[in-house]
Amino acid sequence: MAKIRGSIVVNVERCKGCEVCMVTCPTGTIEMAKEVNGKGYNYAFPANPELCIGCANCAMVCPDGVITVYKTKI
Amino acid sequence: MVEFSGIKEIIKPGNLVYKKTNIMTENSLSYCPGCGHGTAHRILAEIIGEEGLQSETIGVSPVGCSVFMYNYLDIDWQEAAHGRAPAVATAIKRLLPEKFVFTYQGDGDLAAIGTAETIHACNRGENILIIFINNGIYGMTGGQMAPTTLPGMKSSTSPYGRDVKTMGFPLKITDIVASLPGSYYVTRQSVHTAANVKKTKKAIRKSFQYQKLNKGTCLIEIVSNCPSGWKMTPVQSNKWMEENMFPYYPLGDLKTPEE
Amino acid sequence: MEKELRLMKGNEAVAEAAIRAGVDGYFGYPITPQTEIIEYLMEANPAETTGMIVLQAESEVAAINMVYGGAACGKKVMTSSSSPGISLKQEGITYIAGAELPCLIVNVVRGGPGLGTIQPAQSDYFQATKGGGHGDYHLIVLAPASVQEMADFVDLSFELAFKYRNPVMMLSDGAIGQMMEKVYLSPQKERSKTVPEWATTGKPSTRERNIITSLDLDPNRQELFNRKLLAKYNEIREKEVRFEEFQCEDAEYLLVAYGTSARVCQKSVQLAREQGIKAGLLRPITLFPFPTKRIKELADNVKGMLSVEMSAGQMVEDVLLSVSGKVPVYHFGRMGGIVTTPEEVVESLKSNFIGG
Repeated sequence: MAKIRGSIVVNVERCKGCEVCMVTCPTGTIEMAKEVNGKGYNYAFPANPELCIGCANCAMVCPDGVITVYKTKI
Repeated sequence: MVEFSGIKEIIKPGNLVYKKTNIMTENSLSYCPGCGHGTAHRILAEIIGEEGLQSETIGVSPVGCSVFMYNYLDIDWQEAAHGRAPAVATAIKRLLPEKFVFTYQGDGDLAAIGTAETIHACNRGENILIIFINNGIYGMTGGQMAPTTLPGMKSSTSPYGRDVKTMGFPLKITDIVASLPGSYYVTRQSVHTAANVKKTKKAIRKSFQYQKLNKGTCLIEIVSNCPSGWKMTPVQSNKWMEENMFPYYPLGDLKTPEE
Repeated sequence: MEKELRLMKGNEAVAEAAIRAGVDGYFGYPITPQTEIIEYLMEANPAETTGMIVLQAESEVAAINMVYGGAACGKKVMTSSSSPGISLKQEGITYIAGAELPCLIVNVVRGGPGLGTIQPAQSDYFQATKGGGHGDYHLIVLAPASVQEMADFVDLSFELAFKYRNPVMMLSDGAIGQMMEKVYLSPQKERSKTVPEWATTGKPSTRERNIITSLDLDPNRQELFNRKLLAKYNEIREKEVRFEEFQCEDAEYLLVAYGTSARVCQKSVQLAREQGIKAGLLRPITLFPFPTKRIKELADNVKGMLSVEMSAGQMVEDVLLSVSGKVPVYHFGRMGGIVTTPEEVVESLKSNFIGG
């Protein structure tokens, strides 16, 4: 059976580190960076990219629209 | 643009499933981290983009946190005085009946200072969409009591909690609007989870369709959070909203068209 | 096309003139003594003929904000009210001025303060000419003195409003609004199809989005905007002053009066001259811009001036400023809804200037 794999791109400078995407992610792909962006926020990033299924839940709840989502079948 | 990407091989145009709509401008949103305003803006923008209504839509922004909404959606905008957006929208729609007109208002704007404008626009059945963000607090001025602040809820003007004996009860204005013959579609939604985002987006899309058919006023209340005003983290605020706001402001349709 | 002659109240004349001027929308709320305006429009039902929208709002506040919304679409829109209602509209008016939108606001003035009376007065001069709401702004203020002018000034108001992107107030009073006179009405104009480039009508791909707002949190940009407004008001002061002179050529004493008071003062000039007092009358037609320059010139020719207003003395301050102390300036006027008589004015002239 084909496996669905996803990948997200985070616009780091626009992220405000609210963590809403992280708790929404059903697979634990996203974590908050220890580093901060130019605004001083610990930004979201795909810490476990291999877990991403491209469901786009993170992008849908991101108030700042910083996440772009890709998905494919492998 | 500084980006952090997942698996590079998957990132190609053919695999794109979600991208910020170009109806959203490149301006950085002025909202606090985790605030539902941004999500509500974005799904409204998505509908305008998906339905091809950029040239057909005129928005009316309120006074409150979303006063600068006109900086974020690439459409024509009017900025209304506090609470007056439904009156402003009434005239726009009457004079440009073929256009789509919406207001976007917070609880202070819509349910306190603008109560008369809200109720009368809905009662006249103006063919407009009113998007009502209810987070139970005045966000922009720094966390004062709103008409929708819950009993016992603390704010800077109810520092010991809202005492309904002296401060009145939270106003369920959406229920009032639903009772008016002029309103056509009235629903209460939220945007804090992906599932709720999908429902709210559907409600917005329906409202635009009803407006095209001149059915009357559509009002979508979005129960939302105010992490700064509630003095919580965004994630905590969403949980608090589910546990405290939703019981008082239950999600779902209050008035659906008889079809 | 011939003008049509009718006998009408001032309020009716404004309403009919609005339809004929091709106004797109009227938004109002009933208040005495101007309610005939909305009643006339509702009965005429111009939606069926010109397509003009007439809407009775839930309040004056809502009505003026409807004017804001309509004006921001580039449409010719108006409202009308009387003093207490105009006070309620001030919020909307300052936003309209701040967003630089054209519109017409008719004030059929009644006596105040508070609910006051429903009889004619001129006690809203300060409110009309000095801004009225918060912030630095001016309306263009036209003061009709006849039913004919209430009709004619509709067109003029919109011409000025669109020329300067500025709200215009027609400052009438309960006497002119209620009195019946013959009036020549202009033929029906088509409603304009041109859309100003700043109007919010939906953003096509060919232009940037239009935003109508009065908000700018950057103090430097806000100051620049205030300077821009000031420059506009100065241009209006330079170009748009309108007034009428009556027997000023050889006058030794000048009456300054507008609206109903100006009609009274025409008779006063005649009575005074019969008694050997060479009186003249200057009638400002625009109260903002005020005919400062002309009054200053006339101060060189006369021995004194009397500002006649149905108020406690409001326009007299502008006359004093214009005269800059060259000659004595006094005020005379009745209040509370009482219209000054011509004889009273002559008596005031005599007691102030002649002695006795």
